[in-house]
Amino acid sequence: MLSAEAIEKIEYELTKYPKDQRQAAVMSALRIVQTERGWLSQESISDVAAYLGIPDIAALEVATFYNMYDTEPVGKYKITVCTNISCMLRDSDSIVHHLQEKLGIGFNQVSEDGQFCLKEGECMGACGGAPLMSVNNATMYEYLTPEKVDKILKELK
Amino acid sequence: MSTLKSETKDSKPVMTDLKGQTLITLQTLKEDNPASLATYEKLGGYEQLKRLVTNKVKAVEVINQVKLSGLRGRGGAGFPTGLKWSFMPRYYDGTKYLVCNTDEGEPGTFKDRDIIRYNPHQLIEGMAIAAYTLGAGVGYNYIHGEIWREYEIFEAALAEARAAGYIGQNLFGTHFNFELYAVHGYGAYICGEETALIESIEGKKGQPRFKPPFPASYGVFGKPTNVNNTESFASIPWILQHGGQAFADLGVAGSGGSKLFSVSGHVEKPGNYEVNMGMPFTELLAMAGGIWKGRQLKAVIPGGPSTAVMPASAILDATMDYNGLSKAGSSLGAGSLIVMDETTCMVKTLKRLSYFFYEESCGQCTPCREGTGWVYRVIKRITEGNGKMEDLDLLTDVSNNISGRTICALGDAAATPVLSFIKHFRPEFEYYIQHGKSMVDGQ
Amino acid sequence: MLKIEIDGKPVEVDHGTTIIDAADKLGVAIPRFCYHKKLSVAANCRMCLVEVEKFGKPLPACATPVAEGMKIFTRSKAAVQAQQSVMEFLLINHPLDCPICDQGGECDLQDVAVGYGASGSRYTEEKRVVFNKNIGPLISTDMTRCIQCTRCVRFLKEVGGMQELGMVGRGEHAEITAYVDQSVNSELSGNIIDLCPVGALTNKPFRYSARSWELVRRPSIAPHDSMGSHIEVHVKDDKVMRVLPREKESINECWLSDRDRYSYEGLNSPDRLKVPMIKHHGEWQETDWKTALEYAAGQIKDITTEHGSDALGALVSPNSTMEEGYLIKELVHGLGCGNVDYRLRQTDFRLDGKRVGTPWMGCNIDEIEKLDRILLIGSNIRNEHPLLAQRFRKAVDNGAELSIISPLDNNPLMDIAHKIIVTPNDIVNVLAQILKAMSKLQKLSLCLPPQLSELLEQIHVRPNTEAMAESLVGLGETVNLIAPKVGIFLGNMALSAPRFTEMYSLAEAIGGVSGAKGGILPAAANSTGMHLLGVMPASTGMHARAMLEVPRKAYLLLNIEPELDCQHAALARSAMEKADCVVALTAYKSKALDHATVLLPIAPFTETSGTFMSMEGRIQSFKAVVKPLGECRPAWKVLRVLANTLGLQGFDFESSEEVKLKIFDGEKPSDFARSRLNNNMKELVEIETKIKSPGLQRVGEVPQYEADPIVRRSEPLRKTKYNIKRLVRLHPDEMRAYDLVEGDMVLVTQDKGSTVLPVRPDAHVAPGCVRVAAAHEDTLGLGDLMGDISIEKITQEQADVFKSKQMEAQN
Repeated sequence: MLSAEAIEKIEYELTKYPKDQRQAAVMSALRIVQTERGWLSQESISDVAAYLGIPDIAALEVATFYNMYDTEPVGKYKITVCTNISCMLRDSDSIVHHLQEKLGIGFNQVSEDGQFCLKEGECMGACGGAPLMSVNNATMYEYLTPEKVDKILKELK
Repeated sequence: MSTLKSETKDSKPVMTDLKGQTLITLQTLKEDNPASLATYEKLGGYEQLKRLVTNKVKAVEVINQVKLSGLRGRGGAGFPTGLKWSFMPRYYDGTKYLVCNTDEGEPGTFKDRDIIRYNPHQLIEGMAIAAYTLGAGVGYNYIHGEIWREYEIFEAALAEARAAGYIGQNLFGTHFNFELYAVHGYGAYICGEETALIESIEGKKGQPRFKPPFPASYGVFGKPTNVNNTESFASIPWILQHGGQAFADLGVAGSGGSKLFSVSGHVEKPGNYEVNMGMPFTELLAMAGGIWKGRQLKAVIPGGPSTAVMPASAILDATMDYNGLSKAGSSLGAGSLIVMDETTCMVKTLKRLSYFFYEESCGQCTPCREGTGWVYRVIKRITEGNGKMEDLDLLTDVSNNISGRTICALGDAAATPVLSFIKHFRPEFEYYIQHGKSMVDGQ
Repeated sequence: MLKIEIDGKPVEVDHGTTIIDAADKLGVAIPRFCYHKKLSVAANCRMCLVEVEKFGKPLPACATPVAEGMKIFTRSKAAVQAQQSVMEFLLINHPLDCPICDQGGECDLQDVAVGYGASGSRYTEEKRVVFNKNIGPLISTDMTRCIQCTRCVRFLKEVGGMQELGMVGRGEHAEITAYVDQSVNSELSGNIIDLCPVGALTNKPFRYSARSWELVRRPSIAPHDSMGSHIEVHVKDDKVMRVLPREKESINECWLSDRDRYSYEGLNSPDRLKVPMIKHHGEWQETDWKTALEYAAGQIKDITTEHGSDALGALVSPNSTMEEGYLIKELVHGLGCGNVDYRLRQTDFRLDGKRVGTPWMGCNIDEIEKLDRILLIGSNIRNEHPLLAQRFRKAVDNGAELSIISPLDNNPLMDIAHKIIVTPNDIVNVLAQILKAMSKLQKLSLCLPPQLSELLEQIHVRPNTEAMAESLVGLGETVNLIAPKVGIFLGNMALSAPRFTEMYSLAEAIGGVSGAKGGILPAAANSTGMHLLGVMPASTGMHARAMLEVPRKAYLLLNIEPELDCQHAALARSAMEKADCVVALTAYKSKALDHATVLLPIAPFTETSGTFMSMEGRIQSFKAVVKPLGECRPAWKVLRVLANTLGLQGFDFESSEEVKLKIFDGEKPSDFARSRLNNNMKELVEIETKIKSPGLQRVGEVPQYEADPIVRRSEPLRKTKYNIKRLVRLHPDEMRAYDLVEGDMVLVTQDKGSTVLPVRPDAHVAPGCVRVAAAHEDTLGLGDLMGDISIEKITQEQADVFKSKQMEAQN
């Protein structure tokens, strides 16, 4: 069952499309439910599909196609580090190593305390600020250095 | 105000010098509070929209100005915008759609993000003018999911514009209606391709459609749709204010106007530079502070990885415009310069790029789905010291078999770096294969 | 017309033709995997790339429309290079496990690889492995073999009406799957096996049982609904190994329902009766044909001699062939008896003698998709005629408005414009409302017979009925159709309803007012043929229901299990119990034939020749595809010898073809049908629109995989989700009214019979109805499929007592 808040947000998204095109809101609906619940379980995906009146499999296709959706648990903070070319040229590798050492996890792992998950990201379209990372798909941190990463981690905890 | 401040939370400001730039899409940067409606209005914002709508200016007149301006699609393909607009059916029984492509995911490209960050209303006005011209009743701006803050900025700007009567129903007391909405991607490079983007707006996987039919006849929800890039739309109000010819005159033959260049990689001052088309590369590089750490230039990818890499020798004499870069052996693309210094290992760089295309292939067409993984694995094997000399011919051959064989241009894009890296830096690849380590960093 | 050239051969094609269609027309073979003429164009496999003059890169033939003067090269160096490169890509991650793959020998990938593949692979990296999915009892998956052509996904979405499979993930990791752990439930699911160009989706029951080249392929006709689908039966060592569709565009296109595809498993059931049997002092004894036939004939003779020829009743399966129907009718008549009938699931016979001809569907199957307006009355179409539902789906996709009047709100997997869900009795009133509203809309009220006009005066038209009527006359949301093509059809639930006569008469009248085509959608393979032959009571004879209500001394059963195949299970059972002699021509041993006296093993459709007449009046003959099992004999032969043994004249047929010749008596079969198929009525029957049952009304559908003796013995079909435990299903409002909650035990009573079943709320059942499916041993105590019914909440203890008593009674 979707929460009242989630339904309200999804209803807002539905106003953007013709009435007979409810599937169009699936991108937003999955994002809204993921933000609320932390990740997209089968149940969450079915909930979204049921609310929009589309087949479960159609929602699953979308949830697994776009890589900002998480169909596995990702802890409290999902840190996505871009390692694509512009970031790589500005040593995103050192940021990745630093994060891995600091958190004791590799990519796609969740720290034992359930706080952090590390993901390798593709280009986020902010290469001027390389190297960079995003937390929970919403906050972007640019011009990273190992020291700055430490500061950010401290703030998050 | 002479610096461009990044407003991103907890980031150091980018000290981009505005001197030498021709600010059009980022014209509000000259002001305080650049993103606000008041700032934009102060600069004459929304007046062109009002003029066209209230004076009932004919669509063909608008299209003629856009044609005259020489504006070419700023998303990378460079298709003349005015010509594209003329493809939209004039008479249609039902809703026509307008779509803005802000799904900026081509590595090294980050210009549209700044337009939304610093000048969202110019984009909105550009879209509203296009909607008026093309008779589109509904518009969507599809924004790259990763730049979430910009998505929120745009939603807020839309609310401002709606409240001010610039979008909505019966605008300026006429029968002109235009509803504009923000929608978002969520992590798929392919949605930068216009038909994949349309599928995504419809709530589906971003798998490109076979064309024909083109979006102008079968787009969003099967309705006639015009898709343009953010920068293209944001250029429109200026073009109508100053005339198409004035815009064309800023640039050179075949490349009208000024353009945003995203400069990233090994330069002192990465960032966006809005300069006149035809500017010599060396001048642009100097604006970006030159190569960092006092090193030498090795190579540049001038328009994002789907354009061919250029060795220093090729780009140093080139000018930044469509013909200039084409003559020099590559293309302008989205104007995303990825600058590499002498310490860059081209084998490892290609590995990362080929991983990107492997990761981002939508999986629809056989050559791209199967070929990108094949290419990546071979290059990876080379970087692991297990390369064979014949791998280079294999890579070239496989890439040629992907290129031109797929529904969308991702296949071509995936082949381009492989072909151009091996073409220009073959000895580096051979060295890696023979020695099991990089020629450059010795690892 | 456009003039183009393919490989130097000129051809003229229509505007909008794709290169692949033009090439197919010309007989130029272009390899393909994702393209299928019946599905949307995906253009994703890239196998059909061809060279086109003036184009810098190869183009997919499947998606490229031809243009005037286009020169296309399918075998040029550039084209072949492109095709070969695609083949190479397809094979790099393919397991190449042909020796252990069921698709081997009939695999598109294998075939095309022979033409376009290299002898060795340049790919030396690791291959992809994809985990298999369990998508149900009918389809096996080997997903590593999948080449992501998405034909299966598109079929289920576009033809099946429901997206049950999808391609999840992306890029190289993209894989075809159903939603987590769900099975594919489409009643047309087996078609994705045929569509799969590789061995990723294969036939589960058939798995590893034969190689394709060991199979002999023989044509036949599908026997489980009245469409007359063309099938190809695959045979090995005189055993039916599998069934596939045989392409017939105007009937089944290239598809087949799962029922027709998988029912063959019932042919190989251990229940098959292989030798004649006689019951001796309550014990079944095997015997030889001569003894059995003489015994049967002797019994029939003795009883008819003693009690009059009227003491015999013959019940005939509508799935039997025309030849069999003709012979049993002649045999019964030959004995001077008029009691013969095929309409086993009908209660209302008031139309007998009132029709001009034989009722049929009133149009051709392939006309359905061209209709603009459709009214389905009392039909759960996906359950009754799964493939026909697909034609209606196409019509709706083409813009037709579908209206449904039914006691069940089942999802037909297509958009419904209007629906009215009411009890079977109330359907009559709704139809009268529609007629009234339509006659007003069409300004035709004066044209109706006075009887009807008077009747309609008392009818109050409700808004939802008015809306339906408006749709049927062609009014639309945006466009009003001036001359809409309308189809009105009555389904199985209408056919077995006690007010069928009213429904039929009103539907006819509505059809008359609106110029609609349509008629009935008969349930079984040869229902239409049986009617045409007059396998029905002679003027003095009894119809199927009467033969059970007033039990006969002797019964002759052709191809039925009485309590499962008759409308009133309890009545059928007690009639058989009371009879002195029951001679059953049957392919199966059955509990339902426990009260028989003689069992004569007959050949099912695969082991005999014969003729079916389909719902659209198509007369289709077929031959045996295998030899009869054991001592089984074709029923036409058994009937012939039985008639001879009874001393009847005129039964000297040497083959089923001779019987057929006799039936049509020199007339061309199609002319014979043409002149006799007619839905019109000679006279109007009295119509009562205000039938109110005091209590509840049963909705007793026959589940599709219980429709006849063969299909109900198919194990794979029994394992599907359609084979559900019997429940009593009630509208939630009725649940409240009867103070019931889900899982409560309910005593269900019809006439004098009862059964006990758990109850479940079901908002898809009309209020006032009790949905209890039929043709199952749990419901044998019950009566009419659409009759009055009462329910009573009982405790679990009472339920247990009831059941143990029932057990005792059976033993």
